[in-house]
Amino acid sequence: MTYDIVFVVASLLAIASALGVVLSSNPFHSALFLILNLAALATFYLLLSADFLAAAQVIVYAGAVMIMFLFVTAYLGGHANEPVVDRPVWQTLAALVAAAAIVIELVFALAKASYRPAAPVSPLYGSAQNVAVGFLSRYLLAFEATSILLLVAAVGGVVLGTRRPQSRAVGEPGAFEREWTPVTPTVQSAVMGVETSFPVTPVPAEEPEVKH
Amino acid sequence: MHVGVQWFVGVSAVLFGIGLFGVFTRRSPIVLLLSVEIMLNSCNLALIAFSRQMGQTSGQIFALVVMAVAASEVVVGLGLVVALARRRVTLDVDSLTALRD
Repeated sequence: MTYDIVFVVASLLAIASALGVVLSSNPFHSALFLILNLAALATFYLLLSADFLAAAQVIVYAGAVMIMFLFVTAYLGGHANEPVVDRPVWQTLAALVAAAAIVIELVFALAKASYRPAAPVSPLYGSAQNVAVGFLSRYLLAFEATSILLLVAAVGGVVLGTRRPQSRAVGEPGAFEREWTPVTPTVQSAVMGVETSFPVTPVPAEEPEVKH
Repeated sequence: MHVGVQWFVGVSAVLFGIGLFGVFTRRSPIVLLLSVEIMLNSCNLALIAFSRQMGQTSGQIFALVVMAVAASEVVVGLGLVVALARRRVTLDVDSLTALRD
């Protein structure tokens, strides 16, 4: 009985928060709603006795991915807001019809099918040990492919996040090939350090003030 | 188990539809990525529900792989969004039709 109540509450929470993600106009609120949605899904995983995945869901998604989303949304500020464009009504209606068609189709297929009762599982089912044994023995190839994918994504993130240097014409010397002209030490360059490429405008030497 | 697998998969189907609606209607790339996250997570829920039904761990391992794919997708997507915002491009997916300089 408790199982059913938890299921109903979690499903209502999941659907309501998913609607909140899609319908709220502020992207920051959308991201916060998605955290609620992920928590509801973690509850589902616990109900399905997938303990390790519930923990991974909370740590990886709510802990890492969503924080990144919130950081980027905060970094963009008002730039992240929905662009104000008048959209024809038929687009929203068509989207609604297309999404509803898939949901109705799936629900119809689910209602028509017949189900065996769930297979009995050992208490170890869904534990970190159980998942790890499968992941590192039978599905080792998937594990390696996942690690390569994560590496590629990390490199891609760095490449996308780096500022490109200014493009130069063919034959123009690069930053390390340019002729180096020693800068006459001034007060500024002495403070900044001569070796920095910071553009230093030499200060005209002043006549030393003669004290009487 | 009291609630059968079909209820879990039903909830997952509804979540998938909501995410699809969001992908269709929203224009901000960040909210688009959030909607894709909803869809990926609904697939995870279906995988884990069927995995429990069969009493096997394979579905859970697949769900873990999906999580890694989702994380990679978020990294690249958010990197693109930040790179576009740095160039002062309007963040509207309808106007971002060409990925070039």
